[in-house]
Amino acid sequence: MAEAKLQNPYPDALTETEMRYCPGCTHGTAHRLVAEVIDELGVRDRTVAIATVGCSVFAYEYFNTDSVQAAHGRGPAVATAIKRVQPESIVFTYQGDGDLASIGMGEIVHAAARGENFTVIFVNNAVFGMTQGQMAPTTLMGQKTTTSPRGRTAEEAGFPIRVCELLNTLEGPAFIAREALTTPRRIRSAKKSIRRAFEAQLQGAGFSLVELLSTCHAWWGMEPVESIYHIEDVMIDYYPLDVFRDRVADRARDAGGDENA
Amino acid sequence: MSEQRKRVFISGNEATAEGGIAGGCRHFFGYPITPQNKIPEYMSEELPPIGGVYLQAESEVAAVNMVYGASAAGARVMTTSSSPGIALMQEGLSYMLGAELPGVFVNMVRGGPGLGNIAVAQSDYWLSTRGAGHGDGRCITLTPYSVQELHDFTAGAFEIADRYRAIVMILADAILATMMEPCLLIPRREMEPPERDYAVGPHDRAERERNIVNSLWIDSDVMEGVNLRIAERYARAAEEITDWDEFGSDDPQVLLCAYGISARICESVVIRAEEIGIRLRLLRPKTVFPFPTEPIRAWAERVDAALVVELSMGQFVEDVRLAVEGRCPVELLGRAGGNMPTVSDVLAKVREVAKNAGVSVG
Repeated sequence: MAEAKLQNPYPDALTETEMRYCPGCTHGTAHRLVAEVIDELGVRDRTVAIATVGCSVFAYEYFNTDSVQAAHGRGPAVATAIKRVQPESIVFTYQGDGDLASIGMGEIVHAAARGENFTVIFVNNAVFGMTQGQMAPTTLMGQKTTTSPRGRTAEEAGFPIRVCELLNTLEGPAFIAREALTTPRRIRSAKKSIRRAFEAQLQGAGFSLVELLSTCHAWWGMEPVESIYHIEDVMIDYYPLDVFRDRVADRARDAGGDENA
Repeated sequence: MSEQRKRVFISGNEATAEGGIAGGCRHFFGYPITPQNKIPEYMSEELPPIGGVYLQAESEVAAVNMVYGASAAGARVMTTSSSPGIALMQEGLSYMLGAELPGVFVNMVRGGPGLGNIAVAQSDYWLSTRGAGHGDGRCITLTPYSVQELHDFTAGAFEIADRYRAIVMILADAILATMMEPCLLIPRREMEPPERDYAVGPHDRAERERNIVNSLWIDSDVMEGVNLRIAERYARAAEEITDWDEFGSDDPQVLLCAYGISARICESVVIRAEEIGIRLRLLRPKTVFPFPTEPIRAWAERVDAALVVELSMGQFVEDVRLAVEGRCPVELLGRAGGNMPTVSDVLAKVREVAKNAGVSVG
């Protein structure tokens, strides 16, 4: 009997190391999408992955590329330097919302403002997962966490930060999009944006970031499937899905427009 | 070395920057802080035209992590700062050490604690020799005492950093940074990139396994292995690069110990020792980690007392006492906050120290 051919074979850009993520968490989906894009673009041998601090701290064990583990929040500074030393490398950071939007807010804003030519995969699950469920800058109003036990209030903790919208005020970014890892349709859309982000880097267009709304059913106190619905029903209301910026598409359109003129 | 060196009149900051370039540095990441701003200014002028990278970081925290990234990518890289900025870099130093990445740092020490001031001080001795941030590390610490040594030590620091996969800290001060002296410049030349088979990037990618630069080791034995490797490198550095200079009487009654700008004052003290009728010898470390324990111990056997002069309330003196191990009394003349002892102040203190030790003083 002929072997069944998988539609999407296991990506070369992922190792076969067993992931430490909780079963039902969407980190695995995010890794898979990034790895598939790296393979499709044929850049694995010149890709440098930057693992940061949070649940994805072991990302260097999973991405089958050269990797650098960075201090909490400092991935964009590390990526900045690697890309400047080696412009031929394809550099990406993989950061959670605690890493990127809390301790690392300075580094991400300045890397974006400078238009550093690397890609950020920003996994937003609205909670500090690895440290066991504390409030994050992205925690939604009213959301219960281990450090907002009565639910987040504006009086105590202010308001959640919308990273894409904030970075979209800057001139530096070439590509900014927010996607959600929920339904097959949304996951396909997420992969498309991840590919666009890496393509922006390949074209030297500047900073690119894809925010992925991701589940943390363990610290949301939900069943995995319930947590998918939570993104759809609650999270997307506050964090709307959109391609906020796509300079590569803008350029192509402008060029096309000129040709037609 | 027989290479032609151009003689120039130059500030310590400029000599440091040019030393970096002569040592092969082509990547500089920094953040402004007085009294070392001339260094990033110099680098921003000089590096881009020769194919290098100057980048002004958004903070010292970002700067040290850029150094981490550049080093991981195989570059000869440096940054410079002053006390509060070096304090901010501590976490990054620890990560570099844990990931066994080489890097060159310069601290133009200023008065502290807190925001302190921008005057001369030597109060970051512990910061440099006792730790590279958290964890069980230290910085290989070089202590220049002239504009020429700032230049030479900085140029030489990159090779040391690579040899021991270590952080090399040039520990200078606000006066050395800003004063001008004649300096023989080491010529710039094209250098091969350092051999780092552990660096990430496209190099030799087809012929090697993937490289991972990391300081996270969950397994206790693996983590201890990193600590043992670091300790072994420090032990090797102690054998190979410990350096100091001596000046004065071959039959001293009192041993003076001072480094950096304090050693400049102490040279004048030795020259004027006849005035107080006491035979003096100055031992001036050029490295304080590794520390010149043996020569200090040897002199401690022969002198009646030792006097340490430093611009702090007593940091370097502890290493001297550890070297002396009770062989003779060790006293301290410390000033702080930007104040310095005059040559007369030190002479008076030498007299007092000698008297306390039972030396017949004229």
